[in-house]
Amino acid sequence: MSKIVEGLKYSESHEWVKVEDGVALVGVSDFAQKEMGDITYVDMPDVDDEVTAGEEFGALESVKAASDLISPVSGKVVAVNEELDEAPEKVNEDAYANWIIKVEMSDPSELDDLMDAEAYKAHIGE
Amino acid sequence: MKYYDKLVFELSQKGRVGYSLPANRFPAAPELPVELRREASLDLPEVSEADVVRHYTNLSQMNFGVDTGFYPLGSCTMKYNPKINEEVAALPGFTGLHPLMHAGLTKGALKVYQDMNNFLAAITGLYAFTFDPCAGAHGELTGLMVMRQYHMMRGDLKRTKVIVPDSAHGTNPASAAVCGLEIVEVKSLENGRVDVEALKPLLDDTVAGMMMTNPNTLGLFETQIKEITELVHGIGGLMYYDGANMNPLMGVVRPGDMGFDIMHLNLHKTFSTPHGGGGPGSGPVGVAEHLVDCLPELRVSGFHGNFGVILRAYAYILMLGKQNLKKVGQYSVLSANYIKECLKDAYKLPIEGVCKHEFVFDGLINDGAHDDVHGATTLDVAKRLLDFGFHAPTIYFPLLFHQALMIEPTETESKETIDAFIDVMHKIAAEAVEDPRILQEAPHGAPIGRPDETAAARNPILKFKDAQ
Amino acid sequence: MAGFPYIPHTDADVRSMLDRIGVQKVEDLYSDVPKEFIKKGAYALPDAMSEPEVRAWLNGLAGMNAKLKVFAGAGAYDHYTPSVIPYITSRSEFLTAYTPYQCEISQGTLRYIFEYQSMVCELTGMDISNASLYDGPTAAAEAMKMTVACTKKKTRVLLSKGLLPHVVKVVETYAKFHGVVIGYIPVADGQTSLEALKAELESGDVAGVIVPEINRFGIVENHAGFADAIHAVKALLVEYCDPSTLAVIKSPAEWGADIAVGDGQSLGIPLCFGGPYVGFMGVKKEYMRKMPGRIVGQTTDKDGKRAFVLTLQAREQHIKREKATSNICSNESLMALWVTVYLSLMGPEGLREVNKLSCDGAHYLKSELLATGKFEDPFPGKPFLKEFVLKPVKAPGLVQNALEKAGFFAALETEEGYVSFCVTEQRTKEEIDQLVKTVKEG
Repeated sequence: MSKIVEGLKYSESHEWVKVEDGVALVGVSDFAQKEMGDITYVDMPDVDDEVTAGEEFGALESVKAASDLISPVSGKVVAVNEELDEAPEKVNEDAYANWIIKVEMSDPSELDDLMDAEAYKAHIGE
Repeated sequence: MKYYDKLVFELSQKGRVGYSLPANRFPAAPELPVELRREASLDLPEVSEADVVRHYTNLSQMNFGVDTGFYPLGSCTMKYNPKINEEVAALPGFTGLHPLMHAGLTKGALKVYQDMNNFLAAITGLYAFTFDPCAGAHGELTGLMVMRQYHMMRGDLKRTKVIVPDSAHGTNPASAAVCGLEIVEVKSLENGRVDVEALKPLLDDTVAGMMMTNPNTLGLFETQIKEITELVHGIGGLMYYDGANMNPLMGVVRPGDMGFDIMHLNLHKTFSTPHGGGGPGSGPVGVAEHLVDCLPELRVSGFHGNFGVILRAYAYILMLGKQNLKKVGQYSVLSANYIKECLKDAYKLPIEGVCKHEFVFDGLINDGAHDDVHGATTLDVAKRLLDFGFHAPTIYFPLLFHQALMIEPTETESKETIDAFIDVMHKIAAEAVEDPRILQEAPHGAPIGRPDETAAARNPILKFKDAQ
Repeated sequence: MAGFPYIPHTDADVRSMLDRIGVQKVEDLYSDVPKEFIKKGAYALPDAMSEPEVRAWLNGLAGMNAKLKVFAGAGAYDHYTPSVIPYITSRSEFLTAYTPYQCEISQGTLRYIFEYQSMVCELTGMDISNASLYDGPTAAAEAMKMTVACTKKKTRVLLSKGLLPHVVKVVETYAKFHGVVIGYIPVADGQTSLEALKAELESGDVAGVIVPEINRFGIVENHAGFADAIHAVKALLVEYCDPSTLAVIKSPAEWGADIAVGDGQSLGIPLCFGGPYVGFMGVKKEYMRKMPGRIVGQTTDKDGKRAFVLTLQAREQHIKREKATSNICSNESLMALWVTVYLSLMGPEGLREVNKLSCDGAHYLKSELLATGKFEDPFPGKPFLKEFVLKPVKAPGLVQNALEKAGFFAALETEEGYVSFCVTEQRTKEEIDQLVKTVKEG
């Protein structure tokens, strides 16, 4: 049974978004980290890169797989979680405590297209 | 196999040498200007000749090759590598040739290329070959370049898509992307063959061509190949044949006759040259007559491809001759079907019917799972096989089945060897039912147990100095 | 039915296998193939030969090739091969293995690849090496693609006009289909022009620059200032090098390169008409994830024993598919072993001695040739090691022909009408004197 946190927004491709002071924190769900298994690398964009909702901004890698990270929102990357460079396993340990990028949203209304916890729970069928 | 835990760097002692060079009888050349000289240290090993020989001999004894035992690695055609091939490829009359020597100096070498061109044309039904590509994936890329070049030369620039079955080799999409082509996947039917109805809507004037392996990666012949080729040709596309699975067709069916326009061969699979632990190979690309003008436009390796490998394949074809060619195809298919029939009582056979040179099981029928005990996976079966002196089959490919176990015996294995393999596979299946941990903890007798691959990827140690 | 040594099936074997499958005859196993595609009639192949006949035939063909003393280089060098190497590389545990997928029974292959990677890093000074590429030119092409992948949205790669022509042609072919625009930096006064490079970099669309450490005139180039200029526009510097010479000249890392590539052939691999050779690539750590090809890493097994595995595979074609930087799978593993054994035997001193012998011999040949009065020196005073060019007074083709008749493969013509010579440690003073005598008399 995967953990789902109330109050976050979720995408179909298993990213979560949490808005703090107008900035979107983006990570992956517990379900996604479990599907990947031991994560060995988080491929992240550079600060100041533009991301677009529905398009990839990076990837998770395990020993035998790679999975694209799809941005749930559009905007400019204002921070990347550099801790994950050294310790990608943090995503396995707690997928919600370890955001991947922070995005200054260009269109916050995109958040309305995302799922709430209830809908996401139904989406992953657990 | 015995575990041996040294790296050559660890044998090094300052002042020891393993070489012998002539005395210098020339006047000293002027020193290089200081700003061009190397200042960095150069920490290569300093070891004696005997140290080197013993070290690499010890390393070799932790390795398994075709000469060690049965190697049923699906899609890789691990047939026996004849020794006459090695002998002729080492002749000084060949190894001493500088690649820029002109035709007048290299008549023997050019005769090899010319004959090989004719032989491969006869075997495949295509018209002309380039021998520049150094591996199968390299040939595949070159073949796709031919495809694009053909359309470019006709001024038909909008053809940027290439259709690939969902069962294709993983290299197919990567080669297409490197070549600037976009991949469009076509689905397979329940019976493992390309879904012709799903193909039809994908075909339009933006399609450069279609890549196929026939028999496909499930070892199944694409029975509707004629219809597929006609459809693709009908919209102006070209048909590409991935020759990785050519072995069962040797002496029986020719890709050219099936309507393929371009193909590559893997001389290191079908034509018996050794795999060398991952190369050197050779991936000559053949084209139909109407594509011959595309070949000179492409230069994909430095000189003439891997001549040494081509020589080995040449010797093999001379040995086969027209009398033995058919035996290669037929007996590779016979052995595969025999193993399939003997093992399908213990391993899931997802698609019934006759296979070609290889086939795919979808894991164990009874993996031993019960209560809290996890069942044995395909990986576990593979690792357990190592304990019995067999190499593992290809695992987790093709992706169509979760527990894919792909077995290719080739024509060079005797019935005794094959029967011994079948016995062991049955024994492993029985072990799984009895206690899957026997499999899960395998291998038990190899130089090392299962390694921590996650640690290797998270904290890469990729050279000797990283480990110090 | 006469037996065939590579196929063990007896008639009885075939019969019992067919019975087990439940078909009458072998042909029935092709019942799924449309009848029209079953080949009718004989294949247009020669009759099968016996092993002695194959041996005799190929000895005959080998004898049809010229046996000349090689005084040519241009990307393929006649260096000495220690007798140990073919002995080791023909051990069938190495020779007849596949790519080391089952690492528990492939530690031999994995360990020598790890050693090879360590040696490539040592020679080039780079942080990371892969398990090998096909040859030098394709390694340069892979580097070209890699610079584009590492520098977002840039689409142009610059090639020095000092690169060997076979390298340029391969890079151009790959670039054409990969959608990369190629620009060129001219050679001025015998070396890649920094001024011209700076001018080209101004456009801002350059992803990478490929320059030779030693150019096609044999001149050791000075790349001071190259890396700074290239990095200032966020492009990557690729040094194309002859690994043998890196024992004595500045390493790619010392020039500030991001990627080092070249052909390992000069490390004791026979000429063999152009292959098999081995391409190598070393990169800075930050570009590790964009590196093409296999990479071997060290780890431990479940009991804590040192173990080696294929690692960082998520970069590769079988996982990344169309998003992989490269489609390469198999490379030139056995040739990487060849190079590894060579470097183990030679060590740092042997490699320096090879360079010293070649360099002294080449300088001797050059001064003797100039003394004949039949050549001019187009690049007087320029530093070189084993290779140099001269401008012949006569037509270049005539020089080559005359030398060929006397038993030398030498004086390859360049596009400028120069002729190039190369001397390795295999060439004796007597051979050089004989060559010079031929020139004098010609």
